[in-house]
Amino acid sequence: MANPLSEFLRSYLSVGIFVGLSFVLFGLLMVISWALRPNRPQAGKYINYESGVDPVGSTWSQSQVRYYIFALLFVIFDVEAVFIFPWATRLEAYGTFGLIEMFAFITILILGLVYAWRKGVLKWA
Amino acid sequence: MSVARLVDSVGPLAAAVGGDPLLSGEVDLTVVLIVLLKVLVIFVGILVGVILMVWFERKLISDMQNRIGPNRAGPFGLLQTVADGMKLIFKEDLIPEKSDRFVFALAPFLSLVPAFLTFAIVPLAGNFNDDLGGTVEILGHKTFMQLADPQVGILWFLVMSSIAIYGVMLAGWASGSKYPLLGSVRATAQMISYEAALGLSLATVLLLSGTLSTNGIVRAQSGWEWNIWMTGIVPFVIFVIAATAELNRPPFDLVEAEQELVGGFQTEYSSFRFAMFYLAEFLNTVTMSAIIVTLFFGGPAGPTFGLTNWVGVYVLPFVWFFAKMFVFLCMFVAFRATLPRFRYDQVMDLGWKVLIPLALAWFLVLAGVRVAADQGWNALAVIGAGCAGIMAGGGLLLLALKSSQAKRLAADSAAAERSALKQTGGVR
Repeated sequence: MANPLSEFLRSYLSVGIFVGLSFVLFGLLMVISWALRPNRPQAGKYINYESGVDPVGSTWSQSQVRYYIFALLFVIFDVEAVFIFPWATRLEAYGTFGLIEMFAFITILILGLVYAWRKGVLKWA
Repeated sequence: MSVARLVDSVGPLAAAVGGDPLLSGEVDLTVVLIVLLKVLVIFVGILVGVILMVWFERKLISDMQNRIGPNRAGPFGLLQTVADGMKLIFKEDLIPEKSDRFVFALAPFLSLVPAFLTFAIVPLAGNFNDDLGGTVEILGHKTFMQLADPQVGILWFLVMSSIAIYGVMLAGWASGSKYPLLGSVRATAQMISYEAALGLSLATVLLLSGTLSTNGIVRAQSGWEWNIWMTGIVPFVIFVIAATAELNRPPFDLVEAEQELVGGFQTEYSSFRFAMFYLAEFLNTVTMSAIIVTLFFGGPAGPTFGLTNWVGVYVLPFVWFFAKMFVFLCMFVAFRATLPRFRYDQVMDLGWKVLIPLALAWFLVLAGVRVAADQGWNALAVIGAGCAGIMAGGGLLLLALKSSQAKRLAADSAAAERSALKQTGGVR
């Protein structure tokens, strides 16, 4: 364990084994299921479900734009988390100056949220 | 590190595979064996655990609803989940003609595999009370009772829960059907909203532990300094609410609101692919409970009565870990049995207007208190100033909301009056 890099990579190696094993296991179960299950194709079976009647119109319909705006807002706060996490783990090193910086940073972000709020983006009606 | 030293430290095995730094150092068969052993134990443990969880949830919820619940397959109906799984394996697998076949097949994997992977970073046992720091000795090698302890531990958890969102989103989109599409769009917006609150409430834990690794977080909580009271309960409450929404469990189960969306994103799935979604849902519940225990309740920490043999290192810590996790599993089931479903606008309001601002404010106050302790300021004054700041901010916000509401009401009534005038032709 003398080499820190290899220690670092090794912990991902075990995760890699885990990923591989879970894909293999469920792939295997899929294959077993494929071998065991019946297959009797009928045209009617492959119609999309729409409460028992024939589907009407395009299936990839447009959806409300509001969902998309939430996604945009989320990106802001997720990027914020990217900045906050490393800062939080090294709090002692940054001290008072770091605290004031973080206050300014979060205030600006909150202003963004308040702006979105004021614009009625968060309202769902 | 210089190239020469790197080459020096590379063993003969590594030389055979082209000087891979992964295999340098003292890699021998036992290290690989330990990794394989851990993988197998965790894998089997998770599978058995999730089978029991499905049974337990159905049984407990029937008790709460004055029913008997599954009691046919095996003693107390314990094998009911296995029976259901067998049945689903034998069912015909239908792929709708309008679906995107590749993505349709991929989505269940994207949903299930991340749920497994999150468990890789959860410390399951090990003695954290002494200076051991959770290390145990297996076959003469020091190791942790968790599959991997990457330095980005908690980010790993957040990444996995983000990938799981892809599973839900792509499943709904690839079905090429209307209900699944609606369900998945809803699910995505809800899950990412609460993902933000989840991450921000987590930041307070990182403030106290000073590390992202899960093992480090558990170590920082040893000696009853559990994060639930060290962070002041509020982040924990935010985390539990956000986690429930993230899991799409009641009262936030709008994704599969039967009355509106049939089965939500999994409407078109059948056979084993459906079983995978089902499994992922329950597995996520177990995983999230384990993460809550790790972050806020000291993981496997607990009284070991001075035992340092295998009982004190493996058995007791695992019992503590499991007992804490069990409490949260019961909590999630109780949520489902007792709480009515939220409306969609209420869910979004709670996430964006309450949880995220509160989490941010709490984070700032806690950071202020920490810095105050470091710099020797008066802690009480800092807490007072922090609370005053929060109250002032909240009060301003409430005031702004009230005034905007009053304005809106005035505008509405004016509009109503105008339209009434129009209808009567100007005669009141």
